[in-house]
Amino acid sequence: MRVGFLHSLIRKDEKLLISELRRHSDIELVLLNDRTLVFDFHARPDVDVVLERSINHSRAMHALRLYEGVGTVCVNTYEVARRCGDKILTAASLRETGVPQPDVRVAFTPESALVAIEEMGYPVVLKPAVGSWGRLLSRINDRDAAETVLEHKSILGSYHHSIFFVQKYVRKGGRDIRAFVVGDECIAAIYRTSEHWITNTARGGRATNCPVTPAIADMSLRAAAAVGGGVLAVDLFETADGLLVNEVNYTMEFRNSIEVTGVNIPERVVSHVIEAARA
Amino acid sequence: MSECPVCGGEVEISADPVEGELLECAECGVELEILGLDPLTLGEAPDAEEDWGE
Repeated sequence: MRVGFLHSLIRKDEKLLISELRRHSDIELVLLNDRTLVFDFHARPDVDVVLERSINHSRAMHALRLYEGVGTVCVNTYEVARRCGDKILTAASLRETGVPQPDVRVAFTPESALVAIEEMGYPVVLKPAVGSWGRLLSRINDRDAAETVLEHKSILGSYHHSIFFVQKYVRKGGRDIRAFVVGDECIAAIYRTSEHWITNTARGGRATNCPVTPAIADMSLRAAAAVGGGVLAVDLFETADGLLVNEVNYTMEFRNSIEVTGVNIPERVVSHVIEAARA
Repeated sequence: MSECPVCGGEVEISADPVEGELLECAECGVELEILGLDPLTLGEAPDAEEDWGE
C-alpha cells in the first residue's frame, strides 16, 4: 500500500506518524510536501490514500479538494477540513445536528458585532474564523474593550478579521477537555489546565489524563459526526448543564497526549488510514 | 551532529531525519528546519503564518 503523507513541516506529531507508517513493511511512504506540489487537475497521485498533515489550513483544504477531485481517498476529507478549519462552519454543523455548543453570533460589521455582543452580555470571546493554537482570541469584558477590539480588527486586519465570530465566554474552571476521535471511537482524552483563560497546550496549558466517560465519548463522537467524521480532536467545556463542544480540529496535535493517556495515538491513526484505503 | 546556521553551535540530529523536520538549536534556541538530507542541510524554520494550526 502506498500512503501519501501531505505535509508542510515535520513536527514531532508528523515524525511519530512517519515512524509508525515505516513500521509497517507493507506500506510505502510517499512524502507529499505542499511547498513543492503542483496540481494540474488531471493527474492522480500514485498513492492509495493521502494522510493530511499540513500545518497550513488553506493549503490542506485546497489540496484535499484537488486530490479528491481525481478520485484519491483522503484522511481527513476535504469536507471535514472545510468545516473544521472555519469556526463559523463548525458552529453551523454543530447547530444543524443538535450538538450543544456555547452561545455564538456571527456579524459582518463592527457595529452589528457590537449589537450582538451587547445582546449576549459580557464577557464574550471574539475569535478569528480561521486560526488555531489560541492565537488572536480576545476575551471582552466590557463595552470599551469591545469597541476597541472591533475597531482594531476592522482597520488593522485583513478582510477575514471583519467576519466577527462571537462566542459567549464559558467559565470552565481553569480547564477544558480535549477528546481524540479516530473513526467511530473516542480513543483518549486529556484535561488541559491553565491559570490563563486560554488553555491550549500551545499557550502553556498542562496536559493530564482525562478518563473517557460515556458522556465524553458520546459528545465527542456526536461532534465528530457533525463535521463528517474521521481523525479529530474535539475540545469540550464542562458546564453545570453538561458538556459543550468548543471546537473540532482536523489536523490534530497529539504529541503531549500519548504519555499521559497511555494510548498509542499514532498507531490508531495509521490503522484508521489503512482501513480507509482498503474500504 | 550538524552546525547551526545561526550561531554555529552543534545541533543534534535524530537517527532517522526527514526533510522538513523541525529542530531547535540547544545553544541559541532558534528553530531550524532540515532543508536537505544529502548532504544534511539546516536552515531557519519559516515563521508561523496566520492559517497555521490544527
